[in-house]
Amino acid sequence: MVIISRGFAGRRSGAETKLPPGQYLATDFPVLSAGPTPHIDLDRWEFTIDDGRNILKRWDWKAFRELPTENIVADLHCVTRWSKLGTSWEGVSLDVLLANVKTDLPYAMFRSHGDYMTNLPLKDVMNNQAWIAFKYDGGDLAPEHGGPARLLVPHLYLWKSAKWVRALRLMSEDRPGFWESLGYHIYGDPWKEQRYSEE
Amino acid sequence: MTWRTAKIVGLRDETATARTLTLAIDDWPGHVAGQHVDVRLTAADGYSAVRSYSIASAPSSDGRIELTVERLPNGEVSPYLTQQIMVGDQLEVRGPIGRWFVWDPERAGPIQLVAGGSGIVPLMAMIRWRASASSTASLRLLYSVREPSAIFYHEELRALSSRGNSVDVTYAYTRVAPRDWPRPAGRIDAELISRATWPADLRSSVYVCGPTSFVEHTTELLIAAGQDRQKIKTERFGATGERK
Repeated sequence: MVIISRGFAGRRSGAETKLPPGQYLATDFPVLSAGPTPHIDLDRWEFTIDDGRNILKRWDWKAFRELPTENIVADLHCVTRWSKLGTSWEGVSLDVLLANVKTDLPYAMFRSHGDYMTNLPLKDVMNNQAWIAFKYDGGDLAPEHGGPARLLVPHLYLWKSAKWVRALRLMSEDRPGFWESLGYHIYGDPWKEQRYSEE
Repeated sequence: MTWRTAKIVGLRDETATARTLTLAIDDWPGHVAGQHVDVRLTAADGYSAVRSYSIASAPSSDGRIELTVERLPNGEVSPYLTQQIMVGDQLEVRGPIGRWFVWDPERAGPIQLVAGGSGIVPLMAMIRWRASASSTASLRLLYSVREPSAIFYHEELRALSSRGNSVDVTYAYTRVAPRDWPRPAGRIDAELISRATWPADLRSSVYVCGPTSFVEHTTELLIAAGQDRQKIKTERFGATGERK
């Protein structure tokens, strides 16, 4: 049975047709974080790739910024239901970072400053689907939005795009990250509306 | 997680722009303080809109929850919930959601709550649960509002702060302070943090909820005052604001 809310008309704009189910269009850029915003000194910034035993790759900020970059235009979909379309970023593709990493481990855990972590199948961050972004809308990425650099995986809900990212750990099996351990979906496809772990 | 039918059984204005809705929900599984729900409104032609709202009430066994909704000038859902909806109307609810920004009376140790505007709502669920569960956890609330008329739950907070084992409430006014108020209107600053929040060595559990800029500003001050960042939980909302 459909429950009708008496007198509710709603607002239908053309843009909604481009949105995943249950999302609405935001014009600002809301922030969702579980704790205080860390402020990370570029002199101490690093990004590493490891397999749980050994560090396979390591970049400091200078080495990272010497890697080839791409401009990315992406639609963002937050599990709290706002979407923002056509955002512009600059970042380094994970394809570049993983180029010389030989592995058959199929999963990744991304770790951040402030102990946040989120899990992803490795294939979801390869083939032009994920970046470590350091510029937003032409300027340096602000700390509250994940600066100096954050993961950007726009085809999944935005909690997968870990702010303040510092490491990628390769894993043999999928394990839940922070929000994934607290009731959110293990994968998080906005077009399938995979918000919560019970669906 | 299933959608449940909810019926409006009570409406109460908190301020000129905010209203508390009491919902009676079929088979409500219960919640803990700090959680939120998804609310779905469906129009006669089948169009629907969903927003998340924090639960303001303490857990209870009567299948009812309270939501306090702030009306946003260009909102799609909040004007309906604060102006149009009437007792007896139906909507749908899914939840409770969120297992991070939560408190329950099993948790010992002092509590520090910091609210900006409608960010008081999930914190009020904690205050109410502490009271209904007769928890003895020491609690301080620092509550920032634009002006006196913007305070939610004013009488209830007054009553809670005047009885034994009380809640210690400090208001901060950003635009207009009451006459004779000791502190001029303005943002929360380091002096107020040191006067109105627990000393860092008490290692209190800290919950901060409000607009993004408020949360950024106050968590910086709390950390500068020595609070352990690992003990600080935050919930932010942007200018669209409809998460809360």
